[in-house]
Amino acid sequence: MDSALFVHRLHFAFTATFHYLFPQLTMGLALLIVVLKTIGLRRNDPVYHEAARFWGRIFGINFVLGVVTGIPMEFQFGTNWSHFSRFAGGVIGQTLGMEGMFAFFLESAFLGLFLYGEKRLSARAHWLSAVAVFVGSWLSGYFIIATDAFMQHPVGYFTASDGSLQLSGFWDFVLNPWAGWQYAHNMSGAAITGAFIMTAVGAFYLLSGKWTTHGRIFVKAGVIVGCVFSVLQIFPTGDRQGKMVSDQQPVTLAAMEGLFQGQTGAPLVIVGQPDEKEGKIDNPIEVPGMLSMLTYKRWNANVRGLDAFPRQDWPDNIPLLYYSYHIMVGLGTFFVAVMVVSLFLLWRGKLFNARWMLWILMLAAPFPYIANTAGWMTAELGRQPWLVYGLMRTEAGYSTMVSAGNGMFTLLGFMGIYMVLGILGLFLIRREIENGPLAGTGFASNLHPEVK
Amino acid sequence: MVSLWFWIVAAMVATYVVLDGFDLGAGAIYLIAAKTNEERRRVLRAIGPVWDGNEVWLLAAGGILYFAFPQLYASSFSGFYLPLTIVLWLLILRGIGIEFRAHIETPIWQDFFDVVFSVSSILLAVFFGAALGNVVRGVPLDVTGYFFEPLWTNFKLGPQTGILDWYTVLTGVMALVTLTAHGSYYVALKTDADLGRRARGFALLCWPLQFFLTCISMVATYFIRPEIMGNYERHPIGLLIPIVVILSLAMMLWANPKGKEKLAFIASSLYLAFMLVGAAFALYPVVLPARDHQYDLTIYNTAASIHGLSVGLVWWTLSAMLAVGYFVFVYRMFRGKVQLGEGHY
Ligand code: HDD
Ligand code: HEM
Ligand code: HEM
Repeated sequence: MDSALFVHRLHFAFTATFHYLFPQLTMGLALLIVVLKTIGLRRNDPVYHEAARFWGRIFGINFVLGVVTGIPMEFQFGTNWSHFSRFAGGVIGQTLGMEGMFAFFLESAFLGLFLYGEKRLSARAHWLSAVAVFVGSWLSGYFIIATDAFMQHPVGYFTASDGSLQLSGFWDFVLNPWAGWQYAHNMSGAAITGAFIMTAVGAFYLLSGKWTTHGRIFVKAGVIVGCVFSVLQIFPTGDRQGKMVSDQQPVTLAAMEGLFQGQTGAPLVIVGQPDEKEGKIDNPIEVPGMLSMLTYKRWNANVRGLDAFPRQDWPDNIPLLYYSYHIMVGLGTFFVAVMVVSLFLLWRGKLFNARWMLWILMLAAPFPYIANTAGWMTAELGRQPWLVYGLMRTEAGYSTMVSAGNGMFTLLGFMGIYMVLGILGLFLIRREIENGPLAGTGFASNLHPEVK
Repeated sequence: MVSLWFWIVAAMVATYVVLDGFDLGAGAIYLIAAKTNEERRRVLRAIGPVWDGNEVWLLAAGGILYFAFPQLYASSFSGFYLPLTIVLWLLILRGIGIEFRAHIETPIWQDFFDVVFSVSSILLAVFFGAALGNVVRGVPLDVTGYFFEPLWTNFKLGPQTGILDWYTVLTGVMALVTLTAHGSYYVALKTDADLGRRARGFALLCWPLQFFLTCISMVATYFIRPEIMGNYERHPIGLLIPIVVILSLAMMLWANPKGKEKLAFIASSLYLAFMLVGAAFALYPVVLPARDHQYDLTIYNTAASIHGLSVGLVWWTLSAMLAVGYFVFVYRMFRGKVQLGEGHY
């Protein structure tokens, strides 16, 4: 592998993976904060406003980290992927431009109001600013997903005389059918992160016997929202994503499933390690016929394996792709199980005293992050060897004039800075959780420590 | 259509510099002008609710540049790889400097983030100035339409230029001085008592330097790129731009000692905006001049397709109106002097 290409890929993968740790919580919490604010407004109950303020503080810390790690993402299209930008910029520039103009302005302007302006605004206006932050962050999600969807499944373009892609149909591009399901699945994943984090903090408070009023609210809101989205995550959104992949990127599907030989009545591998050299799965535990069923809704349908495609079109990191996919699906199943049981206990009024369940809910906090990261790895590794599916290969897209050494320098720099950011972020969020929902009563502002 | 987008991008960049410029300038004077913890909090308070929104103008300008001139984005971002990455690191440091300082009230923690915030602001101002200097001076583009510049070579303007040479260092210093002045006017406008007085004093100190550097840089620019006057000769209406620049300098000198803070700040904003518009006017239709002019990147050989640009005009107009609306609203909500004690926040 050309080493400059490798450095640029690692550069993008590292920064994107790190960036996405923050927006998923931002988008999930934005939704939950709107829920809390709405209940607070309707019932006129200050506890819900306190809860919203508490999560607003955590949101604020997380948001800053999302912003500062997001800016490098946008720049990298030019710095590290300049041939790609020249090639596809005429099309994806539309969504990237719109993201800045429609989403980021909305989000950043109203976040300032939401965090600093509670005392200056009426209750209703403050609720509106929370809604605006929610809309802004979810819009931002859409534009970036539409960009990614174009890379997975290009539509609405034509090839201009200089070989670059240019826009032909705005609506075809923006309403890419791939983007619709990808967005639904991805946003549901973000809601899962938000819900699990809220639940985990609530469970922590209940287990340690502190702030139990707030703890109950957090667990209740988190479990209800979490259950809804865990189910949606698998059906219909995950199922439809799988269907799109099998229709449009059959070689990707074969690699995700570790299906080296095509067969009728293809089995679904639950456990097993792919062995690329031998072209088989070691010590597999399989459900016979299940893969055929899931993809084509027939037990004995024929599913094409990797052997049906030329070697140079195979994704280039099959083991990682296979594991990412299986981790995502495995965790998705686990989330549904946890949330359904919790919801049942909540309904019977037993959840707040079921310490074993609270322990599980508390310890589950990191898993949505793993599932979301694994999901993105599946999508991005599965797209290989294409950068824009079927149109441009990844090796044709990177910045050839930026040498491997220069790329390595900045990659190491980002790794260092991001490590510090990660530690700071965890440290500050942990502090907020420890200080509890009543810290800084009446003041949502983080620049106002004297009133704590 | 293509020209229209040139001016839209230029206007967005100018908006960014005027808005985020005062955050950066406030950062530059922060350690010296704001002495006590309370004063520092006031400065942060003055920019706290708006800095992120201001920074979005940079992102949005970048996004629109990507959309309208993808080829330019590709060439310039990869060519300026190292300085841009350093700018990104500085933006990261500045952001957390502003936001994380107040979370913990121990002096060590706060002193640390004070320095992070101030130093990253100062360096950002210098880098932005040097970037502008690079664009005016021209870069070693070749027939592929790409180039790569190391951080510096020998500080001369040879064929193999670096990001930093005597000319771009000059523009960098000039940017630092102008933004420091701009930030001082803003702090003077938003605060009172000792802090406000000190900020005004800073602005007063900056003025002669700013005036002097403006003159020098104009001469230097003419010296290294005489053809830059071409557009002014062809369209004398452009000469209004330097006139506005000079008038705004005069207005700063007049308004600041009189305590007319708002007027001084407006003058400084005009100065910044028109300096940039002047540079854009001189370059047009070139967007990134090459050292060898046959490889110049112009608006014509870098733009996206006309269809894409026309569609974009529809959504851009709509979104720009919304964005301006939010800004007016937010700045009105937080207008007036910063009062920490007041139960308003
Ligand atoms: C909480 C996180 C989470 C969970 C539990 C799941 N997913 Fe997922 N999945 C994502 C989070 C995610 C994601 C991060 O949102 C991805 C990455 C790219 C994207 O758009 O969504 C994704 C991508 C993704 C793809 C790849 C699409 C492509 O190659 O472009 C498929 C086929 C599925 N998912 C299917 C599923 C199925 C069948 C699940 C059932 C258990 C599942 N996901 C659970
Ligand atoms: C929706 C926004 C995204 C876009 C437009 C996008 C685009 C890209 C691009 C241009 C590359 C480099 C070219 C390549 O190697 O194929 C890439 C690679 C990659 N991205 Fe994304 N990405 C997005 C989101 C994410 C997220 C959120 C993650 C992780 C959580 C991620 C993980 C990766 C990984 C792991 C690679 C490396 C694949 C490889 O080089 O083998 N991406 N993506
Ligand atoms: C390569 C891909 C990506 C690019 C270029 C990118 C760009 C950016 C930028 C520039 C910001 C800062 C905005 C500000 O200042 O307010 C940001 C934040 C954000 N991004 Fe990304 N991003 C990418 C991937 C993603 C993905 C995959 C998602 C989710 C689906 C996402 C969702 C968000 C959200 C919601 C924010 C708001 C701030 C936050 O959440 O902390 N981004 N992104």
